[in-house]
Amino acid sequence: MLVAVPAFPNTQTPAANKPQTSAPAQPPQVTHPGAPPTATPFPEIPLREAPSVGLNIVVLDPAHGGTDLGARGTEGIRESEVVVQFADAVRRALEAQGFQVLLTRQGNENPSFDDRSARANAQRGAVFVTLHIASTGLAGTARTYVMPATTTARDPSGMVPWDQAQAPFSTLSHKLGDMVQAELEKRFKGSPPTAQEAPIRQLRTTAAPAIAVEISSVTVENRADLDRMIPGVADAIGHGVAAFRPSYIVPVMPGTPLVSQP
Amino acid sequence: MNPKWRLWLGGILAAAVIAAALYFPALRRQVYRAKTITEKTAEQARRELLPPTPTSSSEPMVKAKMFWGSTEGDATLVPITVELPLSSDPTLRAKEILNTLLAGPVDPEARTLPPDAALLAFYILPDGTAVADFSEALANSIPSGIQSEQLAVDSITHTLDANVPQVKRLKILIHGQEADTLAGHLDLTQTFQVSTNGASTPAPSRSGLSVLTSPVQKAYEKVRGTTKRQ
Repeated sequence: MLVAVPAFPNTQTPAANKPQTSAPAQPPQVTHPGAPPTATPFPEIPLREAPSVGLNIVVLDPAHGGTDLGARGTEGIRESEVVVQFADAVRRALEAQGFQVLLTRQGNENPSFDDRSARANAQRGAVFVTLHIASTGLAGTARTYVMPATTTARDPSGMVPWDQAQAPFSTLSHKLGDMVQAELEKRFKGSPPTAQEAPIRQLRTTAAPAIAVEISSVTVENRADLDRMIPGVADAIGHGVAAFRPSYIVPVMPGTPLVSQP
Repeated sequence: MNPKWRLWLGGILAAAVIAAALYFPALRRQVYRAKTITEKTAEQARRELLPPTPTSSSEPMVKAKMFWGSTEGDATLVPITVELPLSSDPTLRAKEILNTLLAGPVDPEARTLPPDAALLAFYILPDGTAVADFSEALANSIPSGIQSEQLAVDSITHTLDANVPQVKRLKILIHGQEADTLAGHLDLTQTFQVSTNGASTPAPSRSGLSVLTSPVQKAYEKVRGTTKRQ
């Protein structure tokens, strides 16, 4: 399966930023599984200056849901329920920073990994944040994870396989992860200073800067211990993503090479 | 019924009641004993049915480095050296190593894998890719979470790296099938890098283990039976 993703996202310094509202996000060009490869139209009229779109959308993913309860603690704490509460607070914090927030689920449904990734892959200029509650770890700490850097073969058309969709965004994901984790470390003593690497299934198919934030843990003796972390986690993610915003500029060009499926 | 028969019937009933009263304590003890016997899990039963990995008792004892969780509270992976009669055949050697890893350390607090998980099969392909097939308990009993799942996989890959240099990459199967994830997070559709070019210590830096402050065993005991994979 191959997917269309924006090609060659740029990491730029704030000084090099271009106006972020110069062009609206283009409709996504996604080739669905099983669909025959389609020719990507090449721009007939070269643009003098490629308009760009900055980060303005955050796809927020409360993990698990439905019959997948995720981690469960002895006090009846269910990860699938707790992450929805965290996501609600994170959404408000991100909106306060001026972001548009799209949730992969709002109720107790359980979208597939690919459905959740597709929510982000269908946007241009978005980042993806998946929220988890761990079974382990020192209570009151939080960790950010990113996919390990991998090399991916990009064919001449610029298409990237769906299952390697995260590969082109590795550098940006690490940067986003470090920024969010730095904010988490400020608020939660004992948390690591930088993002960790882990091959997380949810992140692999996400064609955007993507991170997983895991909070410890469902094994707390009192649910209130987790609830007390909600404002801090929301604030940290809000500030972390906002700090990352100047780093993520996506060129918007008609016919930008995208990722496809076999 | 004449009085004589009634007398006999009454006597028989009285004898039966006395016999039952005498037998009751013994019966009670038997029930209690049966109740206290630990029930075998399906995985334990399956493990007993599996053909035992040939032990190379004729082989000399070799110092093997096993990566279990730390008991110091930081819960990183730490190498523990144990002496084992290891085969020189890479596949047999890997099986012996992994079975030792699964059996767990002396201190159960340092355990990284569920105690009821079993290694069902192990192969090494010519290109150095190893395929390890574990029982479903590996996925079902491990505490769900990115941190705990990564610790489990890292303990396997680091232990193989330290003891079976022929293994370059590892593919993990669950009960003969490719699984999407280990317990809802870690990606099992791809192979894990094992070889670190001769270095036998886990990759430092961002390997994600430096902040595991609660040993997996603690969490395992706490959430056992309640943590499910999706």
